[in-house]
Amino acid sequence: MRVAYPFSAIVGQDEMKLALLIAATDPSIGGVMVFGDRGTGKSTAVRALAALLPPMKAVKGCAFHCDPKADAGRCHDDCQRDKQRGAARTEWIATPVVDLPLGATEDRVVGALDLEHALTRGEKRFEPGLLARAHRGFLYIDEVNLLEDHLVDLLLDVAASGENVVEREGLSVRHPARFVLIGSGNPEEGELRPQLLDRFGLSVEVTTPTTLGDRVEVVRRRDTFDRDPKTFGAAWAGADAEVRDQLLAARAGLAAVEIPDSVLETASKLCMAIGAEGLRGELTLMRAARALAALNGEPAASDRHIRDIAPMALRHRLRRNPLDPSGSTARIDRAMSDLFDA
Amino acid sequence: MNAPARPSPARPSPARMSPAWADAALAAALFAVDPVGLRGVIVRSGAGTVRDRWAEMVRDLLPADAPVCRIPLGIEDDRLLGGLDLAASLAAGRPVVQHGVLAQTDGGVAILAMAERIDAAAAARLAAALDHGEVIVERDGVALRLAARLGMIAYDEGLAPEEQPPAALVERLAFRIDLDVVASRTALDAAHDRTALDQARDRLASVAPADPDIVEAVCLVAARLGLGSVRAPLLALRAARAHAALRGGLTITAEDAAAAARLVLAWRATSAPAEPEADAAPPEADNAPDAPPDVQDRDEDQDPRDGETESAAPTDTVVEAIQAALPDDLLSRLSLDDPPRGTAAQARGSGDVAKSARRGRPMGSRSGSLRAGARLNLVETLRAAAPWQGLRGGGVAAGRIQVRPADFRIRRFVQRLEATTIFAVDASGSTAFQRLAEAKGAVELLLAKAYVSRARVALIAFRGAGAETLLPPTRSLARAKSRLAELPGGGGTPLAAGVEAAVLLGQAERAKDHTPLLVFLTDGRANIARDGAPGRAAAETDALAACRNLREAGLAAVFVDTSPRAQPDGDRFAHAMGATYLPLPYVDASAVFGLVDGLRAARR
Repeated sequence: MRVAYPFSAIVGQDEMKLALLIAATDPSIGGVMVFGDRGTGKSTAVRALAALLPPMKAVKGCAFHCDPKADAGRCHDDCQRDKQRGAARTEWIATPVVDLPLGATEDRVVGALDLEHALTRGEKRFEPGLLARAHRGFLYIDEVNLLEDHLVDLLLDVAASGENVVEREGLSVRHPARFVLIGSGNPEEGELRPQLLDRFGLSVEVTTPTTLGDRVEVVRRRDTFDRDPKTFGAAWAGADAEVRDQLLAARAGLAAVEIPDSVLETASKLCMAIGAEGLRGELTLMRAARALAALNGEPAASDRHIRDIAPMALRHRLRRNPLDPSGSTARIDRAMSDLFDA
Repeated sequence: MNAPARPSPARPSPARMSPAWADAALAAALFAVDPVGLRGVIVRSGAGTVRDRWAEMVRDLLPADAPVCRIPLGIEDDRLLGGLDLAASLAAGRPVVQHGVLAQTDGGVAILAMAERIDAAAAARLAAALDHGEVIVERDGVALRLAARLGMIAYDEGLAPEEQPPAALVERLAFRIDLDVVASRTALDAAHDRTALDQARDRLASVAPADPDIVEAVCLVAARLGLGSVRAPLLALRAARAHAALRGGLTITAEDAAAAARLVLAWRATSAPAEPEADAAPPEADNAPDAPPDVQDRDEDQDPRDGETESAAPTDTVVEAIQAALPDDLLSRLSLDDPPRGTAAQARGSGDVAKSARRGRPMGSRSGSLRAGARLNLVETLRAAAPWQGLRGGGVAAGRIQVRPADFRIRRFVQRLEATTIFAVDASGSTAFQRLAEAKGAVELLLAKAYVSRARVALIAFRGAGAETLLPPTRSLARAKSRLAELPGGGGTPLAAGVEAAVLLGQAERAKDHTPLLVFLTDGRANIARDGAPGRAAAETDALAACRNLREAGLAAVFVDTSPRAQPDGDRFAHAMGATYLPLPYVDASAVFGLVDGLRAARR
C-alpha cells in the first residue's frame, strides 16, 4: 500500500483543506469541487484526507457497508432482516475513499451481473460497483471535466437521489449510495457541465504558492516525502491525529451547534445580493457555517463563519456573466463588503 | 563511473560533439538513472537516425531487464489500462484479467510516438499513471490496482507551433531535448555505459537530501523563469540528485543543480531570468514577491555547514551557478514571436477534446444487431446471455454458452458534431477597438454555453499587412479569456488576407469533422491587397477573389457589415462569398451572439 502524503504537511492551500474538512464533517453539504492549475497538489490533498479519516462502524458482511444504526436506505434483504432482529453484527472499517478512474466502464460504476457466477453456476448475482463501494464515504474523480458524458449522467442521478438503481441484464437492484463527491480538474482542459458543478456543495480554486518561502517549503517537504514516505509520514502522524480528533469532535458537536436567525438572515441577504439562484446556496451557506463552527469547537454559527465560507459555498452558483471581467470570487467579496462593512 | 571526464555538461569535452547532443546524452543518462522519479523525456524530433541513436543509448543505459514498450497512438483503454482478456476468459470459462501496456511497463520505460497527437483523455490516463505509479482499472467487471512505476519517452513530431504534446503530459516530464538541430555526424556515442549507470542507480538512494541552499536556489530560479507549478523545481532537484549519483558524489552540489536546471528548467521558461539587482522585483510579481527577505533571513540564520564546500555555498552562489549554466539563447528564444513554450502548451487543452470526437468516445453499449461496422461488446453480450443459460441448456457446465442475437450488445461511440464558429474581425482603423471588444464579448457568450451546444470558437483579426489567429479553436472559456486579454488594433484593412485566413481555418476544422461557421465583422472597406501593398482597387479585386474561394470551398459564412451606413461594398463581398449579409452599424456582443446562436440552431 502506498503511503499517502500527510494532510497536515500540505503547505498553505488553507481553503482547500478547510473545504475538505467541512465536507467530511457534514456529508450533506454535497462534496467539494477543486479547480486548479497543474501541479498544485489537488489530488495529493484528497488522498491525504483519505488517509486521515476515522474508521466507521458498518454491518458486517454487508456489501454496501451500511450503517448499523440507520434503518433508512434499502440495503439487501438479509441485512434488513438482521437489523430488524437486532442481530446484525458490526465491524469497524476504514471510511471508503473510492477513485473513479478515467476509462472506467459503466458496469463497474453502477454494478452489474457477476459474469463468473452467472456462467459457471447459473446464479444471478449482483456484483456491486464503485457507487456501492463509496456508500457512506467519498467518491473521488480526478480530471472530472474529462469524465465521459454517460457516466456524468449516472452520477448526477445517483448523487441527487442517494440511491443507485440498477436495471440491466434481468437484474433489478437498488441500493443506497450516499457519498461525498470530490472532483478536481483544470479549467483549461474544458468546462465542467453546469448540472454537475451544481451538485457540488463547495468549490475551491487552488493556485501555486505565491511566496518563495512557501514554494521552497512545498518542494522541500515533497522531496523529503518522496525519498522516505514512511519516516516522513511518521513525523506528521501526530499532527494528522490532531486533525482527525478535530474532525471527530466536530461531527459529534455538529447537531448541537446553534444557528441564530440573524445568521440565516445574513445568508439570505448575501445570496440575494449576488443573485445566486435557488435555495441551494443558502442551505449550503448555513450548513457550511455550522460545520465550521463545529470544527472550531464553537457553540453557535455566526456572521464571521458565513463570511469565511461564503466564497467556497457560492462561487460556482453565480450566473456567469462572460462580459463581467471580474471573477465570481471578486463578486462575492464585493457583496460581502457591502453587507458586512456597511 | 569514471571521474567526470566532462567538467560541465554545458561544455562537453569532445570538441566535435554538438552541444545539443551533449545535453541530449546527459538527459538520457540522468533519465536512465531514475526513470520513475524523473518521469520522462520529451524528444523534439521526427523519426531519423539521430533519434534512433538516442533511443538506443537510453536502452543501453537502462537496466538489462527493464521493459521498454511502445504505446501506439489511439490505443484503446483495454490495452492501455487493462481489463478482461476475452479470448482467455472464454477459453477458461471464467474471467481472465489482462494487464495493460502501462502495467506491463512497470519498472521500465514507455515510448509514446507522435505525442503531439495524443488526446486529452489519453494524456490524463498517462498522467495518472505517472503521478501514482499505478493503474486503477475499473473496467468490464474487472477491478484492479496494478503497479505501473515507469518513465516515458514522448516523441514530439509536431511541425506547427500549435502541434504540441498535451500540457498535462509535458508538465510532468523532466526533460525536453531537441534532436532536430543535431546533425547525425555530431551525434557521437555516450560518455556513460551500463556499468556506470548501474552504479549510479545503486548510489541514488544514498545521495544526501539536497542542502536548503540548493533547494532555495532551484526554487528561486524556477520562479524567475516564470514557472508556476512546483513540479518544475521538484523534477530539477531529482535531476540534480541523479546527476550527483552519476558523477559518483553523495551530496548534491551547485554544479549538479546547475546541470539539472539547464536540462529541466530552461526549456519550460516563460520569462527570462531577471538580473541579480532586479531581485527586489522579480519579473513575475505574483510568483515570488516575498523572495528576497526570505532568502536573506535564511542566510543569516544558518551556520555555514561543514562538509563539502560546494554544498555549503550560499544560495546566491548557487543561483549564479545555475543561471550561468542556462542556455545563452534563452532570452532570444523567449522574445520570438510565437508564444512561450509553456503557455502555448498550456493553452492547448480543450482542442484535444475535439480530437477524440473524431473517432468518437465510447459511450456504454446497447442492444442491437451486428451490422457492418458495428462492434460487439463481448462482456456485455455474455452478461446479457448469462441469465438464460439454464433455460437454453447452455453454460460452462454444459460445455458451451448459448448466445442468441437478442443478446448482442453493440458498443456505442459518441460522434460529437461540434460546430466551430470562426470570427474574422476587421481590426483596422478607429473602430477596431470596439469591434474587437464586441467580437470578444460574443466569443465569450458563445463559450459560456459551449458545453451545452458543443461549440468551439476561434478568433482571427486582420489589420495592417495581414491576418492573425488570436484565438485558435477552443471550447475553454478560461483559455479564451487569457488569450483575448490584449487586443491589437489599427492600420489598414487587408480583407483578402482575413478571408483567406478564415477559409484556411474553416477547412482545417472541417477536416477534423467540425462544422465551421465563418462570421466576418468588417466595414468591407478593403484597402490592403493580398501582397500587403496598399491601394483600394487591388485590395478589392483580391478580396473578391478570396470571397469567391470561400464560396467554392463550400463554407457557411455570415457577413456582418459594421460600417455606419450600409453600402454596396459589403453586400458585394457577402454575395461573392455566398454569405448571409447583415448590416449592423452598432455592433454589440449580444446581437452578434444572438445572430450566431440563431443560425447555428437553424442549421442543426
